[in-house]
Amino acid sequence: MSSSGITRATLTKDLRLEWRSKDAINSMLFFALLVVVIFSFSFDPTAEESRRIAGGLVWVAFLFAAVVALNQTWARELRNQVLDAYRVSPAPANSLFLAKALGNFIFVTVLEALMTPLFIVFYNLRALGPAYQLLIVAALGTWALVVNGTFFAAMSVRTRSREIMLPLLLFPISIPALLAMVEATSSILTGEYSARFWIVLLATYDVVFTMASLFLFELVLQAE
Amino acid sequence: MKRAFPILAVLTAALLSYGLYAALIVAPTERTMGDVQRIFYYHVPSAWTAFTLFFLNLVASIVYLIRRNPKADALAFAAAEVGVVFCTVVLVTGPIWARPVWGIWWTWDLRLTLTLVLWLIYVSYLMLRRFSSSGQTPVMAAVLAIFGALDVPLVYFSIWFFRTQHPQPVIGGGGSIDPRMLHVLLINWAAFSCFAALVCWSRYHLEVLSREVEETQALESLLGAESSR
Repeated sequence: MSSSGITRATLTKDLRLEWRSKDAINSMLFFALLVVVIFSFSFDPTAEESRRIAGGLVWVAFLFAAVVALNQTWARELRNQVLDAYRVSPAPANSLFLAKALGNFIFVTVLEALMTPLFIVFYNLRALGPAYQLLIVAALGTWALVVNGTFFAAMSVRTRSREIMLPLLLFPISIPALLAMVEATSSILTGEYSARFWIVLLATYDVVFTMASLFLFELVLQAE
Repeated sequence: MKRAFPILAVLTAALLSYGLYAALIVAPTERTMGDVQRIFYYHVPSAWTAFTLFFLNLVASIVYLIRRNPKADALAFAAAEVGVVFCTVVLVTGPIWARPVWGIWWTWDLRLTLTLVLWLIYVSYLMLRRFSSSGQTPVMAAVLAIFGALDVPLVYFSIWFFRTQHPQPVIGGGGSIDPRMLHVLLINWAAFSCFAALVCWSRYHLEVLSREVEETQALESLLGAESSR
């Protein structure tokens, strides 16, 4: 089986599992919904204010929700020693990593697509800048969260108290990406200045950490 | 090597006490800031020392990943731990100085933010070491150190751009430093570097010893189980 074939097989398996159980997406959705509601009534912003703070709120909500899904990525493979089986098989580690990262990317993108209307309703949002750029920011930002998240989830799953370990590892490293997403979103929503620098920064972050993950994932998977 | 340790300890004690004397008495009082400026002789050397130790951690981590030498891992651990302590000193002394001089405790300035993010990354590094089971810790910690190092330039550029959009209080505008102040600063820097080397050395030694003890105990219990059968 080629390495892209392994990626595809693993991805299909994960998507099918998720389609039948809907564990990750349900918990993520409800979690994000709670964050939206709690933020909305604790700040109760006017339309002008919300345009300025929405970038931060949206991405913090997505970040927290994504952690819920990321935590389940590898935990599933621990049952019945699937991960150990994968380790002794000759399949390349990177195809497994790519499949998991793509799967998480799809989950978080679905979450964002479902949650965005809610944000618009609760915060009365309308972009004053070029709205199509929001799609680019969303795609790059989601990948930034997911690629490092999948990688660190593979590390945290091996530790004690694994659920709590993932955000502790992921958040410090994600600070520049988070800042870029928030600033890009705010600048598009307010239309006051261009989001170009932040989009370039996000793309750089994505490239750097995708390369680093692909380069180092085998070490983490085989760590004994 | 063993004999160098007490020599270094004596040197450190001498330098630290002279550094304290120099910082409090020899150095001239700054004209606008007054005596609070003297914290600078502790703040800046701590920052330099912390960054040196984080760099040492990165180098030791890479060496560990290539050579798989447990001593490199112990050195990485010791450097990270001592580095976090010095970085904490930086983050505590900074606001104490900033409050009377800038009028605020904290600002999202380039250097402040970068130091804070580095501190956060290395605290998470120590947490990972604490929470992971022993066999896999070195590899995972070394990988995290590399990720952290890759993050630094990205943080730098993001804050750099962030700051150009949001003007903040300026750090005491440029100009040259009094040579007497520079002298005291360099003395303190030497003292702090020696102190860091000393602490790092003993921490490294302790780590190697405790690993040996652990291994021996594991071996003994294994042999005990074998002989009782």
